[in-house]
Amino acid sequence: MIGASSHRKEGRAKVMGTAIYTDDKFVPDALHGVTVRSQVPRGILKGIHFGGGIPWAEFTIVTAADIPGKNLVASVMHDQPFLVGIGEEITHMEQPVVLLAHSNRHLAERARLAVALEVEELPAILDIQASLDLEQVIYGTHNLLKEIRIQKGDPSKVWDRAAHVIEGEYFTGAQEQMYLETNAMVAVVEEKDAQTWVTVWGSLQCPYYVHGALKQLFGLPEDRVRVVAMEMGGAFGGKEDYPSVNGGHAALLAWKSGKPVKLIYDREEDLACTTKRHPSRSRLKTAFDAEGHLLALETDFVIDGGAYATMSPVVLSRGAIHAAGLYRCPHVKVHARAVATNTPPPGAFRGFGAPQSLFAMERHMDICARKLGLDPVELRRKNFLRLGDTMATGQVIREDLDLGGLMDRALAEIGYHDKRAAFAITNQGEGPIKRGVGFSVFMHGCGFTGSGESYLASVAGVEGLADGTVSILAASTEMGQGKNTVFSQIVAEALKLPYELVDVAEVDTDRVPNSGPTVASRSTMMVGRILEDAAIGFKQSLVQQGFLQEPYTPESFQVAVAKAVATLGSVKCYGQYHRPPNIVWNDSTYQGDAYPTFSWACYAAEVAVDLDTYEVKVEDFVTVQEVGRVVNPRLAAGQVEGGVAQGIGWGLWEEVTTKQGRMINNQMTNYIIPTSADLPRIQVVFLENAHPAGPGGAKGIGELPMDGPAPALLNALEGALGPLRLDEVPMTPERLLQRCEEVSHG
Amino acid sequence: MADRINLVMKLNGEERSVNVHPFARLLDVLREDLRLTGTKEGCGEGECGACTIFLNGQVVNSCLVPAVQAQGAEVITVEGLARGGELSPIQAAFVAHNGAQCGFCTPGMLVAATDLLNRCPNPTEDEIRDGLAGNLCRCTGYSKILDAVQTAAADGASR
Amino acid sequence: MRGYLSDCDIRVPGSLTEALAMLSGEPGVWTPFAGGTDLMVVYNAGRLKATRFLDLSGLAELRGIQEEGACLAFGSLATFSDIRDHRAVHQHFPNLVKSARATGALAIQNRGTLGGNIVNASPAADTPPSLLAYGAELELVSSRGRRRVAYDHFHLGYKQMDLAADELVARILVPKPEGRSFHYFRKVGTRQAQAIAKVCLAAHVRIVDGNLAELRIGLGSVAPAPVRARNAEAALLGKSLTDLPVLAARAALLADMSPIDDIRASAHYRSVVTQNVLGHMLRELANV
Repeated sequence: MIGASSHRKEGRAKVMGTAIYTDDKFVPDALHGVTVRSQVPRGILKGIHFGGGIPWAEFTIVTAADIPGKNLVASVMHDQPFLVGIGEEITHMEQPVVLLAHSNRHLAERARLAVALEVEELPAILDIQASLDLEQVIYGTHNLLKEIRIQKGDPSKVWDRAAHVIEGEYFTGAQEQMYLETNAMVAVVEEKDAQTWVTVWGSLQCPYYVHGALKQLFGLPEDRVRVVAMEMGGAFGGKEDYPSVNGGHAALLAWKSGKPVKLIYDREEDLACTTKRHPSRSRLKTAFDAEGHLLALETDFVIDGGAYATMSPVVLSRGAIHAAGLYRCPHVKVHARAVATNTPPPGAFRGFGAPQSLFAMERHMDICARKLGLDPVELRRKNFLRLGDTMATGQVIREDLDLGGLMDRALAEIGYHDKRAAFAITNQGEGPIKRGVGFSVFMHGCGFTGSGESYLASVAGVEGLADGTVSILAASTEMGQGKNTVFSQIVAEALKLPYELVDVAEVDTDRVPNSGPTVASRSTMMVGRILEDAAIGFKQSLVQQGFLQEPYTPESFQVAVAKAVATLGSVKCYGQYHRPPNIVWNDSTYQGDAYPTFSWACYAAEVAVDLDTYEVKVEDFVTVQEVGRVVNPRLAAGQVEGGVAQGIGWGLWEEVTTKQGRMINNQMTNYIIPTSADLPRIQVVFLENAHPAGPGGAKGIGELPMDGPAPALLNALEGALGPLRLDEVPMTPERLLQRCEEVSHG
Repeated sequence: MADRINLVMKLNGEERSVNVHPFARLLDVLREDLRLTGTKEGCGEGECGACTIFLNGQVVNSCLVPAVQAQGAEVITVEGLARGGELSPIQAAFVAHNGAQCGFCTPGMLVAATDLLNRCPNPTEDEIRDGLAGNLCRCTGYSKILDAVQTAAADGASR
Repeated sequence: MRGYLSDCDIRVPGSLTEALAMLSGEPGVWTPFAGGTDLMVVYNAGRLKATRFLDLSGLAELRGIQEEGACLAFGSLATFSDIRDHRAVHQHFPNLVKSARATGALAIQNRGTLGGNIVNASPAADTPPSLLAYGAELELVSSRGRRRVAYDHFHLGYKQMDLAADELVARILVPKPEGRSFHYFRKVGTRQAQAIAKVCLAAHVRIVDGNLAELRIGLGSVAPAPVRARNAEAALLGKSLTDLPVLAARAALLADMSPIDDIRASAHYRSVVTQNVLGHMLRELANV
């Protein structure tokens, strides 16, 4: 089972058009919710005025004053209000202030425009530099949402004695997840037995995050809140934390109106107000000896966290831990800060901080190679981590790593050396097309950072059904990545059953335990491992209770399960995460094993630049990765291809343009994601190396492909055009023109 | 204020009639009035292609079609691609090749791919890329979709 | 969806005469509606001021592409798909085929019309530069009668046209090139497909005895409306293929453009790249 390219469990429903996404759910008598948002970046809300021409008596209206429980969204830090109340501070342009619902969605939309907010405006700060300069203090005493320091050795002692010290500054822009299905929620609140019961169906990655947020919002105990994950039209991190906000909003409207409420964002609203990838700035300083060995590395990594902490502390943490890349270096200092600005809070997006810091590191390595007069291949080869080396946090490499071999494979697949030589000649020609190849080598930590998995203590289970088949109980959600399929394969393998006899239960918090959020490339490796345990426990209990004899056939197993269910009413077995004994982490010193293991990769890109238009075409893209054992090769390749497509988009085209901190190109026409005509075939190679932590030796895969494309592309651009200030993504045609002009104008 | 119209269509092979506002988006008529929710709204501006349907044999973005322009038309949505529960060749190829990940672009993508193979039974890879360029997918990077269309084309050719 | 449906109305006239009578009876009230690929986008975004529409899509009088003497006559309802699939268009007007292919993707091309593309008057539309390059003429119709206007005099400013409230574009007449021709069309969009132009340049040159005997260059996305590059044309007219004044033409082109910064591109980018595209065109022209 593990290693087979089984067909997607929900594939048939998806191609038939019968899969039910949130807005597809038929809800009789539903009201349609809309959100009135602040339209100033910062100020004090003084009043709310309901304009003429709207039958307000027909509307359900919710303001902060109505909130029955706590007006704070439960998250990493509980600092973001669901709604801003009168007298309170508005901190960004898209902050929710009033919720409206009506049975006519067109009228609801018209009413939204008729609400006027009276605001006493305050000066705002809109970018990293303004925040660091404390132009205004908007958060704590220093605008710091989170600060992390990681130190190994002491770089300050190295600078004077090193043969070469090279510094660089790098920037990355915000990026929109652009899941095809916008954020969507349906809520019902019932009053029964003098109690309030809240149910939310939605497009959400983390049912228990929303569950926790609703408990706090309404002040209700656990069993009164139910969250159901509907079929999800993509997420990529964009439905990790935001659903706690809009889920709460839908529930508030349903509670106030006593009717079901649909709250479906249109694309413009979704783009303007929901989370993005954090913009970043990295300053790197590196010391090398005369042969090119890395002696010291200091990095100052800053991300723009927006108006509230939300996920920024953990995004920063992953970015900081990945900042030193996969190089052995005796002296490392990482200073990482998430700063507050008056912008809608960014959040999770595939890669979660690592793409930003790895872009800086992998771009910097190419620049260092040029300055040292070394081939970028050889500079990296001299410095790769090996068995027994320690990373910046002191984590010891316990795998027999062969990063040189991984890199060589990718370079061979794309024909790196031959192409470099060929392009050096052809680029001398008169024509406007210049070609280059470049690559990046990187890693991605699997699962939650540090002690995250221990705190989560995830639970997942296996249940026998009356027909003798097996159902998987986990709160992990299907967002297209293939969770339904991979979990079924893992359990089928553990039980030695055909794939068809195993399926997943609907993700409903009344039915499935908290297997943790569906994030951090953790589902296959972390939850899959728990399911493997649960499945084996399930089988053993059937044996112990006399329903099953080993060895068994699928048929006899099915008979045994049916009999056990008929006899006992219900047969379930749960497993729980156990911290492997050799994994140690200290949250206060940032020392220890940041991740149970890493996935490793080298990505190589070939680009053609047209110097008439400054358009960049990606002509070839090769990915070689070591992700442990691959559970489903076809689905895994799909993850890599899709992640690379997003990485190429981030590297070349996807720019969030803002005014007063608000996205103004918030339409699909103007935020440019790649079409089928913009991408090459992406070549995918897996080097398998079973890792004991995951089921059947699997490691994480979902986020890794986001980390490598941007630096590989910009390294390839340097190959094509020579040394330009290629320090920023997206490197749009406009930006590339400007960089070329810097050189020609001297 | 407009008078509502009795919109009559041949929808997925069946005569259907429904009383609607003449300027209602065909997308909304299909999803809300006729409860055919396979057709999706991804952008509402004719950019993403998730709402692609056949209107009189041509692919169109149903979010840009007012109901009155579908009067008397033949309409085929994703729900009309399979025959009696049997997947069409392109649907089957999408299942086999993991052409659908999150599945939200899939209904429109399948309609566009069906149209492409109707017009061009043996497309080159560039023709497929061109034929599907109006359907944005954020999950796949398009490779598995190309695989599926190529397989369906080859199967069609071998029959 | 942000449009307010209850305010809207759409009527289906039975004939062109009826449509024109409605337009002249209530001037400015009825907005002509064809494929909807522009109007519905604005309506969905809640930014469409018009609420009452006249559905022209069924009017046979406005359909079709026909040879008419020295011209090819496009009914204003000819869709981009009609254009990209029409043999005579391929034969005489390759730039128009490329323009039609470059407009949105197939689902848009099946619905969007040439007449709609003209009267929507977007400076970034893809067919106007080609129509300018081919010296197209518009036939306008109203209850008062018909009149013709040269297309390069039709756009008067941003979204301003030589079109009265009671008039419709009935046909677009494009003279078939004679003799030795050079055709050039290049759109630089925000991406390779389904893109809006940041720069667009179309040109048609008639070559006689190795000289540029006649030429027109149409530009998109660099002025408030589609424009002829008259200064660049003047710099090139009459010149020999073997000695094209590339630098002079590039310099002259600057006076033809008044680009702006917007969310799709900077004015500087538009200006530099339009010049480069002209340079590319002249390299191709020198090699014919």
